[in-house]
Amino acid sequence: MPDIHDEDSYEPHPKPGVSHLDYAGEQGMAVEQETLVESDVVKREEARSLWGDAWRDLRRRPIFLISAVLILLLVIMAIFPWAFTDADPRKADLVHNYLKRPDWTDFFGAGWFGYDGQGRSIYARVVYGARASITVGICVTAAVTVLGGLAGMIAGYFGGGVDAVISRIIDIFFGIPLLLGALVLLNAFSTRTVWSVVVALGFLGWTQIARVMRGAVLTVKQSDYVVAGRALGAGTGRLMFRHILPNAIAPVIVVATIALGGYIATEATLSFLGIGLQDPTISWGIDISSAQKVIRTAPYVLFFPAAALSVTVLAFIMLGDAVRDALDPKLR
Amino acid sequence: MGSYVLRRVLQMIPVFFGTTLLIFLMVYTLPGDPVAALFGEKAADPAVVASIKHKYYLDQPIWKQYLHYMGNLFQGDFGTSFTGRPVTDIMAGAFPVTIRLALLAFVFEMILGLVLGLVSGLRRGSVQDTLVLILTLLVISVPVFVLAYIAQTVFATNLGWVTPTVQNSYDLSQLMLPAIVLGSLSLAYVARLTRTSIGENLRADYMRTAVAKGLPRRTIISRHLLRNSLIPVVTFLGTDLGALMGGAIVTEGIFNVQGIGNVLYRAINQKEGPTVVGIVTVLVIVYLVASLLVDLLYAVLDPRIRYA
Amino acid sequence: MTTAVDTTKPAREAPYEGPLLDVRDLHVEFVTRDGVARAVNGVNYSVRAGETLAVLGESGSGKSVTAQAIMGILDMPPARIPRGEIRFRGQDMLRMGREERRRIRGRKIAMIFQDALSSLNPVLSVGFQLGEMFRAHHGTSRKEAKDKAIELMERVRIPAAKQRVNDYPHQFSGGMRQRIMIAMALALEPDLIIADEPTTALDVTVQAQVMDLLAELQAEYHMGLILITHDLGVVADVADKIAVMYAGRIVETAPVYELYARPAHPYTRGLLDSIPRLDQKGQELYAIKGLPPNLLRIPKGCAFNPRCPRAQDVCRVEVPELFPVTEDDGTALAGRGSACFFWKETLHDR
Repeated sequence: MPDIHDEDSYEPHPKPGVSHLDYAGEQGMAVEQETLVESDVVKREEARSLWGDAWRDLRRRPIFLISAVLILLLVIMAIFPWAFTDADPRKADLVHNYLKRPDWTDFFGAGWFGYDGQGRSIYARVVYGARASITVGICVTAAVTVLGGLAGMIAGYFGGGVDAVISRIIDIFFGIPLLLGALVLLNAFSTRTVWSVVVALGFLGWTQIARVMRGAVLTVKQSDYVVAGRALGAGTGRLMFRHILPNAIAPVIVVATIALGGYIATEATLSFLGIGLQDPTISWGIDISSAQKVIRTAPYVLFFPAAALSVTVLAFIMLGDAVRDALDPKLR
Repeated sequence: MGSYVLRRVLQMIPVFFGTTLLIFLMVYTLPGDPVAALFGEKAADPAVVASIKHKYYLDQPIWKQYLHYMGNLFQGDFGTSFTGRPVTDIMAGAFPVTIRLALLAFVFEMILGLVLGLVSGLRRGSVQDTLVLILTLLVISVPVFVLAYIAQTVFATNLGWVTPTVQNSYDLSQLMLPAIVLGSLSLAYVARLTRTSIGENLRADYMRTAVAKGLPRRTIISRHLLRNSLIPVVTFLGTDLGALMGGAIVTEGIFNVQGIGNVLYRAINQKEGPTVVGIVTVLVIVYLVASLLVDLLYAVLDPRIRYA
Repeated sequence: MTTAVDTTKPAREAPYEGPLLDVRDLHVEFVTRDGVARAVNGVNYSVRAGETLAVLGESGSGKSVTAQAIMGILDMPPARIPRGEIRFRGQDMLRMGREERRRIRGRKIAMIFQDALSSLNPVLSVGFQLGEMFRAHHGTSRKEAKDKAIELMERVRIPAAKQRVNDYPHQFSGGMRQRIMIAMALALEPDLIIADEPTTALDVTVQAQVMDLLAELQAEYHMGLILITHDLGVVADVADKIAVMYAGRIVETAPVYELYARPAHPYTRGLLDSIPRLDQKGQELYAIKGLPPNLLRIPKGCAFNPRCPRAQDVCRVEVPELFPVTEDDGTALAGRGSACFFWKETLHDR
């Protein structure tokens, strides 16, 4: 069983059924323990040891390894889909292949997962569908991280009026549900590609990161080394990017990783509703939507793209969970 | 406390106008002529188009359109759809259905989410905890429309307990399955949030004090642990009611529930500007009022905020 | 405050003959991912009614872990107690059932924590948290518990107690909050109070007030007091005897003034020498070289040997037991012990 009690994994799992309440003195404990373990190590730079510890910690987590391998596989699939299948995902053969059942003997072949209502290889479509999902996921996440990160950094760093204005803008965007906003925006485009989806989701989605970043910067800004840096005359840019950013980025990375899975799901939902990606782009969401009509007679047409989508989202959420647990000093 | 409430209300005002303006801009300034869309494939008579545009204020600059709309809004007038039906009429038929659906989902996610979160948070590392974690992870990963199909297949097609789609949208018992599907994602979040929050509070110094005071276990959990742990959960739940109504668009579509999700989806597809803006505005109001209530509740639960 | 020159004399009006608390060969270890950290390695100490024992040590010396083991608030796992006894009034608490143990906590043995702000529940009024003691242990009504809470607050001299009883912890100053912690510990008039760095988080001026209050109330109720601290200054006025801990062991025990005058362990000596003194103004301050040991890898032999100016080969091989300390002519020094092979030399060092 994968280790999903990551927070506790630095100690053997507490015995099931053992109440933690009777030993709630953990906080004092943790402090004491920390000094014990660290005491022989000269205190290294805080940020570096945080990342170093996190990485050491991550490598030992099965859940991280599983999700990382899955994601690597998906990314390779998105870049080189032809390496996974010879079949053409767009080739329809209604005469021979209409709703043909999965053929388990056709290992990695066109008929492996069966054929859909238009006689297309479901396996090939699942493989080629990875590109749209992964592209949307990564690009939207990159966009919101840069946009939201910058907004949050500026708001948190300068505070006062700047913060008030940015915070209200964040509130304004936050009031619009992502899916609804994206539906309205995307409906304006008559032809929609992966990039229109990226723009729409990026435009609406940056607020979450901005809030997290702002909070992190506010915390870090108080710390002694930033105050010291300012006292020593470090410039605004230097303070922001050399002193504050490295120490405030951890929660942003965690939220961004988990959000990535969410954006992939949102793209699929939009495509499912017919207002996301369009033919000829191959998208799991579109395929799931078209499988609707044949769900009773041929559930496998729905099953495979749905499974691919769920596994992809799962992989990113698991990765985010693992990274969070590794980076969160509170849970160490 | 009074000044705190006042400050929150004052902050809400620009957000309300900002959000509605943003929606307004998104609906009315983006490419795609809604009036032309009305005529479908036929070429429309320019004079007719102009008169329609005039009637709906579309020939005015966008800021005038917005002011005009807001002016009417404060008199309870959400405008008229391009089909000539008042938007308030359209909403009056659909909102009660969605409110019921969302409330059902809300009750479901709250009760089950809290129970699961408590069980797993108090017994970290146990079999129950592992099960809850795996289950919630799955629910979070499986997109809601896939979940809806699974529920439909299992409960309607295989077990025959319910009809695949809702026949009467006002019948609460028929809304049960869509509500469970709608609430499941939030349920997973509530469960995980409760678990994390309990985990954090279990480590808090004041919990150690409570144990050192020799309080009975039951008292420690109900009085000291729960009260503190539930604060973030309450925050999430509060803002989630609005999100559930907005998120109903997929669930309502699949289960054929005649609520605002369905209406909104059709309106977006047909570029029915007034209907879209009207419904989203109401959703924004719901969201804002909910967040205000959450903030007030927060202050009640946490005296540090009350006296800040 | 008790003036006990002779710490071995039986406590006055002791309701129980013999020590209230007797810790015997206590071991506590933590199972971590990197190995087993041995936090407490065979601690022995005892406290009588009316007596104050100061436990002195750096962070990581095991002084707080010992206290938490006594209170029964260790988190197990990761902690475990492989060996030892903690006798309260002759009964080993480690063999008691959960419920029996709970009845002792708060009622018979109470604890005061370092950081009162985080140790008090932020969302409950102080009156409620004080009254809770009576309600939980005596079944007192809510109304009566509140009156008792006000009484307690007055006892620890919180001004305007009646008006402040419904206030929340964050509305009090640090000193006042620590008074509330003290009031909470005193509520049921326990036999023994364990104070874990009760003044460390406070301003120096407030420190003395809080310490005096604690000592005064201790004398009044004739309680045993275990005072855990890393601050030699706090100890001097209040304690009857001192136990110095290092790497989970007691390295020296002595009546308080004797320890100050003639330490018999190089570690104690180092601690005393590192206190700034007015008569040595201008000189470089002494510091014990090196760092406290990693409890995952405690040095072989005497744990202090890598830092000890007196270390010989024997110190690197054999673990010194707590030797009784005597004068040169063999006269026993009451209550004194040192876990150093060279205690004699250290004692004469000046």
